[in-house]
Amino acid sequence: MLEVRVLFFARSRELAGTNETTVSLEDGSSTKTLLLLLFQQYPQLEELRGNFVFSLNHEYLGTDEEQQLKAGDEVAVIPPISGG
Amino acid sequence: MSAEDELTRLRAQNAQLQRELDRLRGSGALQQSAPDAANGAAATATPSWDGLQHGLNKEQIARYSRQIVLHSFGVQAQAKLCRGSVLIVGAGGLGSPAALYLAAAGVGRLGIVDKDSVELSNIHRQIIHREADVGVHKAVSAAQSCRALNSSIQVEVHCEGFTPANAVQLVRQYDVVVDASDNAPTRYLISDACCAVGRPLVSGAAIGTDGQLTVYCHGADGPCYRCLFPEAPAAGNCARCVDAGVLGVVPGVIGTLQALEAVKLLSGIGEPMSRRLLVIDCAAGRFHSVKLRAKSASCVSCGTSPAITAASLPSYDYAAFTGQAAANDAAPKPLQLIAREDRITPAELQQRWVAGPCCTARHWQGCVRGRASVLRYLYKLAAECPSSLPAPARLPGCRIASQPDCVVLDVRPAEQFNICHLPGALHAPFKHFDRHLDQVKGRLAAAAAAAGPATSGSSQDDPPPLYVVCRRGNDSQRAVARLRELGIRHGVDVVGGMEGWAAEVDPSFPTY
Ligand SMILES: [Zn+2]
Repeated sequence: MLEVRVLFFARSRELAGTNETTVSLEDGSSTKTLLLLLFQQYPQLEELRGNFVFSLNHEYLGTDEEQQLKAGDEVAVIPPISGG
Repeated sequence: MSAEDELTRLRAQNAQLQRELDRLRGSGALQQSAPDAANGAAATATPSWDGLQHGLNKEQIARYSRQIVLHSFGVQAQAKLCRGSVLIVGAGGLGSPAALYLAAAGVGRLGIVDKDSVELSNIHRQIIHREADVGVHKAVSAAQSCRALNSSIQVEVHCEGFTPANAVQLVRQYDVVVDASDNAPTRYLISDACCAVGRPLVSGAAIGTDGQLTVYCHGADGPCYRCLFPEAPAAGNCARCVDAGVLGVVPGVIGTLQALEAVKLLSGIGEPMSRRLLVIDCAAGRFHSVKLRAKSASCVSCGTSPAITAASLPSYDYAAFTGQAAANDAAPKPLQLIAREDRITPAELQQRWVAGPCCTARHWQGCVRGRASVLRYLYKLAAECPSSLPAPARLPGCRIASQPDCVVLDVRPAEQFNICHLPGALHAPFKHFDRHLDQVKGRLAAAAAAAGPATSGSSQDDPPPLYVVCRRGNDSQRAVARLRELGIRHGVDVVGGMEGWAAEVDPSFPTY
């Protein structure tokens, strides 16, 4: 098993109800699996689908791209905000 | 003409004159305080100093000396600032610190775009405006503050707002653009115009306790707003300050960072935040930055064959693309979602409390009409015979508390309900409306029992009146419709909500 840290910003934090969580995945899991799991665990996030920046270890990653995860990785969910 | 109107008129006139002055100065028709004039006695003589073509005069050197002597900045960087120009779109929470810092730093020409006027509820974050500016055009008020801070710069006012029709022409006139707007359609529009004309864009956004900052359209490979967000957000994901609220300091932090980025871009110092997105969660005190990709070749705005160009942009439908109008702090359009006969006005609601079938103090029937007469009647009663009044009736607003045979359901969020609500109102936030169904049923049953068989007959045939209110009358209609689906069919919506109540019935009811 490997553990990754998930950060929620702005609207995703409101929807998830937390600014951070830790997810346990099987060894060798990818970001795609993680995203699938996140949408299962937090179905409210559905309203953001297709409209958020996803990052792995502070680097942009397309939600349709796949990258293998390792223990201690940190991902972030960043929907746009438009207020000012 | 009221004093305030006069003040507004004079301010507009002043702004007009200032623009004229700036124009004349710019064209060289007026002799600006020349470098040698500031040099005092030796004014007409050849100066005894050589600034190696930086072009700054003695006064400018003194004013900006603390950043000129900065090793990583210097006199050439300052000279670039003084020759540079920045367009700031939005004179709100982000634009306020951005414009003030850029004026203070000596950016030669600032353009400020905003079509709205200052409201009291803006000032907690829009610190460029003063109390006395309420009602004044934001662009005019912001320009005045900038000029008061630094009279040596030019400030141009654009009160017509930023629209597809004027976007390209506006952006073209400046070196750097600052997106300090407050809505998604305008954000796409600004980004498109910057792509079309080729100007770097310092983008900032803030809501609640969250902020974001990046630089778009910079250099050969910097992405644009569409590269990052090709699909417009769902409307529900676009919280506005007026609904969701914003902690004043948060746009202050982001707007200040925007000024910093604009200074870096103009002066050429440091590394601009291009291809980097800063995300801040001020509540948690978390600053997170994400490295972004280069621009997307398939981007409709900055890709290899863009569909949106300077020529096509004016006819692009931004409202349709984002599914929302560019209206920002304005109230949402009042909707008519349920039948008119299922709605009453605030004035009607007040009358039903006082004289309606659910009234427990029947002797008031017929002797009261509007609020004023109710007040007079109550105050007269109280003065003559205080003990004759049922306790909650001492204030008209409290009448409802004395009437357990009707139910007022308030569906606003808790933050708003906690500001002020009708006495005795049952709170059932629309967001989690179904969770409160049992409470609603319980209150209706209690009201039916309190009314007794004499007044309301069988509660089955004639249930206690149920009035549903929200802030402005849209969510309350949705709640009435939802109640119907849940089997409670007699809910009545109050048109215009608590804002309507404040306008029609009780001007002392706080609005926000
Ligand atoms: Zn692009």
